Amino acid sequence: MDKASTSKSGVHARRPLSPHLQVYRPQLTSVLSIVHRMTGVFLASAAAMLCCWLLTAAAGPDYYAWSMWFLTSWVGYALLVIWSFCLFYHLCNGIRHLFWDIGIGFSLRATYASGALMLGAALGLTGVSWAVGLAVYFSG
Amino acid sequence: MRETQIQTPLARVRGLGSAKQGTEHWWMQRLTAILMVPLGLWVVAELWLLAMRGADHAALVDWLQGPVAATLLILFSGAMFFHLKLGLQVVIEDYVHHKPKKWALLIGLSLGCLIAGVACVYSVIAIALKG
Repeated sequence: MDKASTSKSGVHARRPLSPHLQVYRPQLTSVLSIVHRMTGVFLASAAAMLCCWLLTAAAGPDYYAWSMWFLTSWVGYALLVIWSFCLFYHLCNGIRHLFWDIGIGFSLRATYASGALMLGAALGLTGVSWAVGLAVYFSG
Repeated sequence: MRETQIQTPLARVRGLGSAKQGTEHWWMQRLTAILMVPLGLWVVAELWLLAMRGADHAALVDWLQGPVAATLLILFSGAMFFHLKLGLQVVIEDYVHHKPKKWALLIGLSLGCLIAGVACVYSVIAIALKG
């Protein structure tokens, strides 16, 4: 480390370096934070799909069939499962952020507790909506 | 060639400092978020119910025929694409440092969200009115 950061003149030897993110041990808080951003970026594709779905529906049943062909394909179902989790995650963690915005839940203990609660809620909502949905769909 | 500095330090700070839009950006992100908490849950519930009915064209038209459903879905679409624009803008500003690429992405994002938002609003109105 010292060898690598020492220049010929030695002037820059003590300059503090920003370490790569990978050297930090991942914590629940930091992982949940970056996943919030990742789900947000990925949900942009869900927004595009919603837009295409509505546009084809407005164009008529023949065009609407294209959207439904894609959504009911294996790729479509896989995307719907991932989108639903991303949406519940971003929604639940977004509510967590709104509480922080009004100054609630800033202590370390509260941050970890709300993080665990949020993750459980997101996974639970995703699991329940798909489990109940599939059960109702195949029984009726 | 050495660049000539004609601005005073104060003028430079005024020009290059905060763009004075941070509060508005932050506020609109929160405002659209607050709006989308109930609307998002409603949309998910409605789409879930629609899927239970087979999600065919007739069922979709039936859902959007009422004034309430159409209004709420238009509100959701607008808030969603606005929120999406604000969020992805920050992601681009954080990670893309090559200026031409950054500005191309920011322009594409803004126009893309505007076009998609308008397309959603038109589609919901078209479905609600003519089916």
